[in-house]
Amino acid sequence: MELCGGPDGFVSDIVLALEAVDKRFGGTTALTKASLTVRRGTLHAVLGENGAGKTTLMRIAFGMQRPDAGVIRLDGRAVRLASSADAMARGLGMVHQHFTLVPAMTAAENIALGGRGMFSRRTVDARVASLAERAGLPVDPAARVSTLGVGAQQRVEILKALARNARILILDEPTAVLTPSEIEELFTWLRRFVAGGGTTVLITHKLTEALTLADDITVLRRGRDVLSAPAAGLTVNRLVDAVTGDSDGVDTPGLRVTRTPGQIVARLEAAEVRDARGVVRVQPVTVALRAGEIVGVAGVEGSGASDLLRLLAGRLAPSHGIAHLPRHVGFAPEDRHRDALIEEFTLTENFALRDASQRMGVMPWKTLRAQAERVMHAHDVRAPTPDVAASTLSGGNQQKFVLGRELDDRPLLVVADNPVRGLDIRASAHVLRELRETAAAGSAVVIHSSDLDDVLPLADRMLVMFAGRLSEVAVTRDAVARAMIGAA
Amino acid sequence: MHRPGARWVIPGATLLAVVGSVLWILQAGGYDTARALHALWDGAFGSTYSLVSATLVRATPLLFVGLAVGLAFRAGVLNIGAEGQFLAGATVAVAAGFAVGGWPRLIALPLARLAGAAAGAGWAGLAAWLRRRFGVLEVISTLMLNFIAAYGVSFAVRGPLQEPTHVYPQTAELSAAVRLPLLFDGHRLHLGYVLAVLLAVALWWFLTRTAAGFRVRAVGAGASAARSAGGIDAARTAAWVFVASGALAGLGGASEVTGVTYALYEGISPGYGYSAIAVALLGRLHPVAIIGTSLLFGALEAGAAAMQRDANVPSVLAAVVEALVVLGVLALDHARRGRTD
Repeated sequence: MELCGGPDGFVSDIVLALEAVDKRFGGTTALTKASLTVRRGTLHAVLGENGAGKTTLMRIAFGMQRPDAGVIRLDGRAVRLASSADAMARGLGMVHQHFTLVPAMTAAENIALGGRGMFSRRTVDARVASLAERAGLPVDPAARVSTLGVGAQQRVEILKALARNARILILDEPTAVLTPSEIEELFTWLRRFVAGGGTTVLITHKLTEALTLADDITVLRRGRDVLSAPAAGLTVNRLVDAVTGDSDGVDTPGLRVTRTPGQIVARLEAAEVRDARGVVRVQPVTVALRAGEIVGVAGVEGSGASDLLRLLAGRLAPSHGIAHLPRHVGFAPEDRHRDALIEEFTLTENFALRDASQRMGVMPWKTLRAQAERVMHAHDVRAPTPDVAASTLSGGNQQKFVLGRELDDRPLLVVADNPVRGLDIRASAHVLRELRETAAAGSAVVIHSSDLDDVLPLADRMLVMFAGRLSEVAVTRDAVARAMIGAA
Repeated sequence: MHRPGARWVIPGATLLAVVGSVLWILQAGGYDTARALHALWDGAFGSTYSLVSATLVRATPLLFVGLAVGLAFRAGVLNIGAEGQFLAGATVAVAAGFAVGGWPRLIALPLARLAGAAAGAGWAGLAAWLRRRFGVLEVISTLMLNFIAAYGVSFAVRGPLQEPTHVYPQTAELSAAVRLPLLFDGHRLHLGYVLAVLLAVALWWFLTRTAAGFRVRAVGAGASAARSAGGIDAARTAAWVFVASGALAGLGGASEVTGVTYALYEGISPGYGYSAIAVALLGRLHPVAIIGTSLLFGALEAGAAAMQRDANVPSVLAAVVEALVVLGVLALDHARRGRTD
């Protein structure tokens, strides 16, 4: 393949550049004048917190999203990427955090997918086998993807990109789902790919990963690039400051009420969670929750934070260890449409859901309707009657109703996973106030939020999950942000 | 969209579309439309005999099996094996009927019918077990089990259960002790119909008023929320509903042999288990509404037979109508969801 020369025949050292890219989604700004410069034959790490704009920037580089402003350059030449197919044709490949494979098809079929012309199983299998051999990525072409482990699926994803002659490989959080030995294999391979003239952009939130592996590092914060330098000259501290923005001190302790912690209402003893593959999602954790305290939980996606929450809510049994929990734990799950409400049911029926598993005999619908109505009034749920379907309510009112139902029997422990996601300011404030009042009334309250600004002002304690490990840190933005990227 | 009665818009619109299609088919096929429709009406409702001995007799198995399908669908269990469960029920009820035929009717008849219900439950239970143990889709397993049941009937009436002369591929007749009482002298309608109607009302009461029925509806309408917010073991609930659905279909089979045919033979079901899907869907899975839709389809099948006799219109037209109903309900449902989401 001919290496694309620059306008004057000069082969640019900069293989991929994004310059002053802006991107807005509705009212929210994802990127503001964000830039990224990737040198040929290097491994470039892009660091940043949740929502810093890492993935958006890479999706723009891969042609999946169009920038509102800014320039994309490949080999020094400005290009307009119409689609990801366009980007692939120009030598870009992307491995998404959530794989894009067809589970029922074989590895070879997945790699051939999207190709043109006739499909011959034998030729494709042979080609994939030789490609895998050359690339040094062991994959059985005839294996069905659903039977492959996560590491092998990721190799198929990489081969998919290589089969289209990708010379720039973008990987979005590739280590989030891998076992330690799989991570080591991936890193070894990436070093070899780069040494062979390929270029890699690695999106990650793990600082040490970036420092040990990358040639160059770019840090994004709130949609801007705040640091871009060779990794050799950087330190963990410097990166932490760049990622978290030490000057954004938004600690507002004013909302916190000093309380004497009450008695222990829930306790985990060496409780461990493993997924179906046996990979540890939550390392053995021992923690006690006391009446009257608000415990914040933080952790990026894949850190095990959501497993910890479901463990505390009694919705997930530990694979080892013990969870001592109250009989009923109030639980506001992250996906309320799927896990908290039945949209076609009336509010009365949704209220009745709470005790549905224990109830016997005839449903006391009259009483339940009155209770649902009481919850609606007490929690400011705007709906004409309890007889309307839950689907007719706005997101904020649905969440207020869910919370109202879960708090109604005064549970000793309340667990809320991203309770204000997708809510407007008024509804958010209402929900957070209710959680605070619940703690003041003597319950232990656990809140997880992807947005630290929601949980920091409320929390008495902060628990942070990083790579399945729990640590308790000081209730400051800096300490939490450091712990979330493993730099505590 | 939440006005009461709004849920009946789709069945109503479907029926209109189906009637229109049927008229068009009759026209396009060059049949004497007026005569065909007259025969259809006469065969279904034209006389006391056609209503009681034809329409209602055919509506009875449709009601049992329609309730079976409706209950399963309510819990999100796609049991399309009511046909096989019906046949299993009929076969075992006949076998049991021979075994207890000499006993007093008050004991023998309920025993034979219970045996039929148990057989239907077991046949469905097999698919329920396959689903829980191996994740086999019930749409596949129940469909396959339908064929096995049909061949099982063929085997039974040529082998172990064949009538004593070994000439005809059918069983001997059941003794009077295991026959359901007829409701009216000179008419074929039997007590089974009354039982089916009572069952429909009981099922409606169960689903809307009891805690167990609420769990069934919750699992069907939102399994994830039922698990997470309600602590309901959704897989277990679905398995029990599956088995209960099979029992209803098996009871339908038992009613057919103890109430109408008094014997087992191949083709004892002209596809009741499949017609029941249309019956249940048109009734919006509502047990009481299924009383009405089973009557409608019973009338259609009775009338179609008359239409073939008197106007030369093939009676498979009834099957065409059933298929159109299923397609119509599904398509209109989909169209409405697409619009409101």
